Amino acid sequence: MPVRQSCKLVSKVPVGPNTWQFVLEAGEMVGRTFRGPGQFVHIACGHSRLLRRPISVCACQADVPEDLLSVVFEVRGEGTAWLARREVGDSLDVLGLLGNGFQMERGGRYLLAGGGIGVPPLYGCAQFCDGRAVAVLGFRSAQRAILLEPFGKICEGAYLYTDDGSLGKQGYVADGVRAVLDKDKNFTAILACGPKPMLRGVAEAAREYGVPCQVSMEERMACGVGACLGCAIPMADGTMRHVCKDGPVFDAQEVDWNA
Amino acid sequence: MPEVDLSVTLAGVRLKNPIVPVSGTFGFGEEYGQFFDLSRLGGFCVKGLTLHPRNGNPPPRIAETPMGMLNSVGLQNPGVDAFLEKEWPRLRALDTVVIANISGNTPAEYGQMCEKLSEAGVPLIEVNVSCPNVKAGGLAYGTRPELCAEVTREAKAHAGRTPVMVKLSPNVTDITEIAKAAADAGADALSLINTLRGMRIDLETRRPILRMNTGGLSGPAVLPVALRMVWEVHSAVDLPILGMGGVASARDAVEMLLAGATAVGMGSAIFADPMAPVKAVEGLENWCESHGIAAVRELTGGARPW
Repeated sequence: MPVRQSCKLVSKVPVGPNTWQFVLEAGEMVGRTFRGPGQFVHIACGHSRLLRRPISVCACQADVPEDLLSVVFEVRGEGTAWLARREVGDSLDVLGLLGNGFQMERGGRYLLAGGGIGVPPLYGCAQFCDGRAVAVLGFRSAQRAILLEPFGKICEGAYLYTDDGSLGKQGYVADGVRAVLDKDKNFTAILACGPKPMLRGVAEAAREYGVPCQVSMEERMACGVGACLGCAIPMADGTMRHVCKDGPVFDAQEVDWNA
Repeated sequence: MPEVDLSVTLAGVRLKNPIVPVSGTFGFGEEYGQFFDLSRLGGFCVKGLTLHPRNGNPPPRIAETPMGMLNSVGLQNPGVDAFLEKEWPRLRALDTVVIANISGNTPAEYGQMCEKLSEAGVPLIEVNVSCPNVKAGGLAYGTRPELCAEVTREAKAHAGRTPVMVKLSPNVTDITEIAKAAADAGADALSLINTLRGMRIDLETRRPILRMNTGGLSGPAVLPVALRMVWEVHSAVDLPILGMGGVASARDAVEMLLAGATAVGMGSAIFADPMAPVKAVEGLENWCESHGIAAVRELTGGARPW
């Protein structure tokens, strides 16, 4: 059952160009609604905008006196620009934690595949499996790379790819996933988050190597709780499912990648 | 001061208060039932039903607009039979008026659905002749008086004793013509306005944001249009009105009542604040109290035009 909470912004750090990490005090939200890494919060972005903005949780923990959660977001439009102008001490109107996160087993070992602003939610996955994870992280360029240090510290290994080769290897995340799986298929599952073409590539690689794969999907969203049916994505079986309530994480095999 | 009487009567059905979340914004009630007790509401309209299940439109289905939003969901729903089997048993046990909203491809489909819903004991049927997001039927029925009358007659003929409320489109030159046609055909109430057709375009890709190119505009931006149309219809037709369109607060609701509504719908405002309907009920009571209004129904049509 989701909670609506006025959350105090306790830390605001730039982590890349137009990209911010916020840490929020979230009352008892995490303790009451955490289901797994990969859930999201729906944040109101000022009175002049009707719709909240869905942002995946990067990391969160039940804590005293208040639960803490961090989000990383990129300024993409007016709503996120408003959000980026908030300062430490300000309060945010947050609905959360929403959706179903990645399904992870305690003791499992995971291959994390993240692209761009899809990288931060995987950090919660790395924490959840106590670092029994290999990360393949991709960015457009060196300038856009984020959270390299935290992933490097916590994971068994982290491989870096950029579209232009300005940092790490030149190539796409799916290339990196194939390179890892060529040598080592001993993963409980691949967990992927990023733009849809990247997810499609990772899903293909997962199928080729016979490794289960979960993907975190994005779609324009209104209510965030499953009432308005706005954030639909077509499934391979011809049905529609909804990012906010059924997702945002789906089994890669269930998604209609040609839609 | 005695308690304010918030109850209203819409198409012969008593609502404990005039606040009614509207179709398409409230699912089948379950999601927002996590945030508040649904019996706090006067009633609510369920997601639009069709005779057969519908998948709805491809995404993107949502685009934000200044103080509002566009949607092109396209009546995704499990069909009336699945609704009656899976949702209605839970809904009928609620202490609030659950209104079934229906859309058909033909007048006969409206009739078939009315028969099923009436037999199941649904207290009020909202006949949608105005969905802007479906190709067949939908908006066409709501933009031509003779078609609207035909659908209304068919619905009434098959609804038994269940009252029928016709939901009107604002995408017409003169909404009172359609309202009169529905009234003459036997409608027991009217609800208005459905969404206004609109569009947004991505500057970089030059693609409309919605996959269907156009969609229906709702949200605070449309309140003045809704008030004007409710006022016009209230002046032209002697039927109770469920007034909706951009209502986000108790003060908006009072305006809607003064314009001529008997009950007040709330929709996309709930996306911003899940508690908005409950706050509106409480705010309405406070407003009446502080203005010496003993019964909220006294407000209906109370606007004093120049």
